[in-house]
Amino acid sequence: MQCVVTGGNVKVLAKAIHSLSRIGDELYVEPQEDGLALRSVNSSRSAYACFLFSPLFFSRYSTPNGHDFRCKMAIKSVQAVFRSLATLEKTVEKCHIELDEHKNKLTFTLHCKHGLLKTHNLSFQDSESLQAVFDKDNCANVFRAQPRVLVDTVVHFAPSLEEVTVSVSDERMWIKNHVEDEAERSKAMLTELCLASDEFDHFAVQAQNSITFCLKELRGLLVFAEATGLPVSIYFDEPGSPVVLSVADSVLEGNFVLATLSDEPSVHKNNSRGTRSAPSPPPDDFMNDDIDSYLIAMDTSVAPEPLTASPPRPPRPSLPDSTCSKRPAAANHRTRTHSDEGKEEDGEEDETVDSDRPPNKKFRSLFFGSVLPPSSQMSTQPMSCQEVLASDSEDESQTD
Amino acid sequence: MKFRAKIVDVACLNHFSRVVTTISKLTKSCVLRLTPDNLFFVMSGKVANGGVSMWCELAQANFFDEYQMEGVSAEDNEICLELTPENLSRALRTLQNAKVLKVKLAKKHCPCLTIAAELPTLSSVGKVVTHTVPVDVIPRRLWHELKEPSMPDFDVSIYLPPLKTMKNVVDRMKNLSNFLVVKANLNGEMNLKIETDLVSVSTHFRDLGNPPWGDDASQDGGPSQSRDPDSMAEARVDIRRLQQFLMGQQINPTKAMCNIVHQKVVHLILLHEDMSLQYFIPAVA
Repeated sequence: MQCVVTGGNVKVLAKAIHSLSRIGDELYVEPQEDGLALRSVNSSRSAYACFLFSPLFFSRYSTPNGHDFRCKMAIKSVQAVFRSLATLEKTVEKCHIELDEHKNKLTFTLHCKHGLLKTHNLSFQDSESLQAVFDKDNCANVFRAQPRVLVDTVVHFAPSLEEVTVSVSDERMWIKNHVEDEAERSKAMLTELCLASDEFDHFAVQAQNSITFCLKELRGLLVFAEATGLPVSIYFDEPGSPVVLSVADSVLEGNFVLATLSDEPSVHKNNSRGTRSAPSPPPDDFMNDDIDSYLIAMDTSVAPEPLTASPPRPPRPSLPDSTCSKRPAAANHRTRTHSDEGKEEDGEEDETVDSDRPPNKKFRSLFFGSVLPPSSQMSTQPMSCQEVLASDSEDESQTD
Repeated sequence: MKFRAKIVDVACLNHFSRVVTTISKLTKSCVLRLTPDNLFFVMSGKVANGGVSMWCELAQANFFDEYQMEGVSAEDNEICLELTPENLSRALRTLQNAKVLKVKLAKKHCPCLTIAAELPTLSSVGKVVTHTVPVDVIPRRLWHELKEPSMPDFDVSIYLPPLKTMKNVVDRMKNLSNFLVVKANLNGEMNLKIETDLVSVSTHFRDLGNPPWGDDASQDGGPSQSRDPDSMAEARVDIRRLQQFLMGQQINPTKAMCNIVHQKVVHLILLHEDMSLQYFIPAVA
């Protein structure tokens, strides 16, 4: 494979690699007929990202015809090629990428100002195809926003924060930090933010759900989206099935597929009580100036009551009509999914997930193909699923 | 107990945010004491924080456009909350451009301060961000630990040189030693000095001026009458504490001064029109 990237596209390519580096440690390179695919997956296989640069992105693009070739390498070494984005933009005029299968070498040649040539020879390993199964076109909830809107949103969350919960209603999106257990809850700072639908370029909600996913990868994508100014689309269905974040223009496409926390039984219970159906207090709360509703009846000399006691909530101002009328719909949706899948399947599913996932990770691996309909998911063994999606390069095939 | 306050003015918000950030650089945990007229950030000199104590006083009227509170009882009209100033600081920093910011004491899953802000947006519906900072309500029987530290019976009081200059000096000295000797006299002279086996470094400041404490000074007669203007009072302190103080401060005080009780304590005071920050660093042998 040979390709040449010129002008501003060098920076785009560099940003893509930087944002892939937020996902995993390895870069999977696959020259395809329809363009150059760069992919990455994290170690727990709960996050996957892919950029596809179409042949038009390059000023020259040629692939070996006849057979497929793919390889992987440490993403750090590729990042090193594009280390300083600032100087890259000023000095690099052209980037020439050549994949030599016989010498097992991937060569980046940077043509800089004043005739300076920088050549990086990277070695690589063969790899299987890396492809996550996802179907963003059939997702119930679809959003599109300018990168600035999302950047201004994530800035409110601590850099150390791992997961956020996104809830949607017909007209709003709530984003808050996810706190795992009750004990942590009383110590951690909680942040909650509400975006109105008109902040988005596109806002379509069919299922009033809330999902929890990792913030780190979203931040990674935003690095790319902000640099290129491309709007970010968000697709998701229900807790447990992946959320897809994507950017696209005429010559490139980027998809980030992130696992979401599956509905835990405890969360279920809470949700049916109201957290889910009435996602977080509406912003009207903010406008409510009645000080009495924030009154705390508590004697300071007495130990605080146990945490398990349900916290008295301030009287909630009446919800907007639209949200109210939609609430039964959301409830219906829930019950339907339940009757469809059935209790046993739920149990079985949990079991497979439990046995295969790494300890302490609540995210389901994307490679179980959780977007597949439940029936097929049940009939397929996890292992065979994995073949579809991930390389088994760690196996003996790799030696020699 | 009730507490609710509102900031509309951007400059006030910015100022408040800088004060809280300054506090957050000094300590991981402190007490926020609310009275009808003032807010105090207090850290009492416990061994755990190296014997350092802090007292920061803000006049609420200069920060808040609205401020309502009701203390524990009519005679103890105060609220004392222990919190992590870093949380508060981060919340305020991300809300720098808020149109309205409200701070409320609320009880959700635990007692907390909610900081809610309406952010500017193109959307027709306002964009609202709410940060919930968990707090511990301090029972009345522990309030006695949170009284204002009395002005020490200092030997020398002197205005500090520009804090940035002082920070540069202290930063360099920290590379050489863990302890620093602060020396000053009533002739406007101050020395910062480190001494190790290999090197001894001293930086001299002149013509700094000595604050006129006059009658309201806590000691009898004041230091100037009885003391030889050229005799130095000194205290050896942990250089990290001093550096922390100089590094984190974002207040840009109108007055900065230092009181030294010979071989006991260094008392640093930053004054701004509507706030004061006092910081006590104990001397080490």
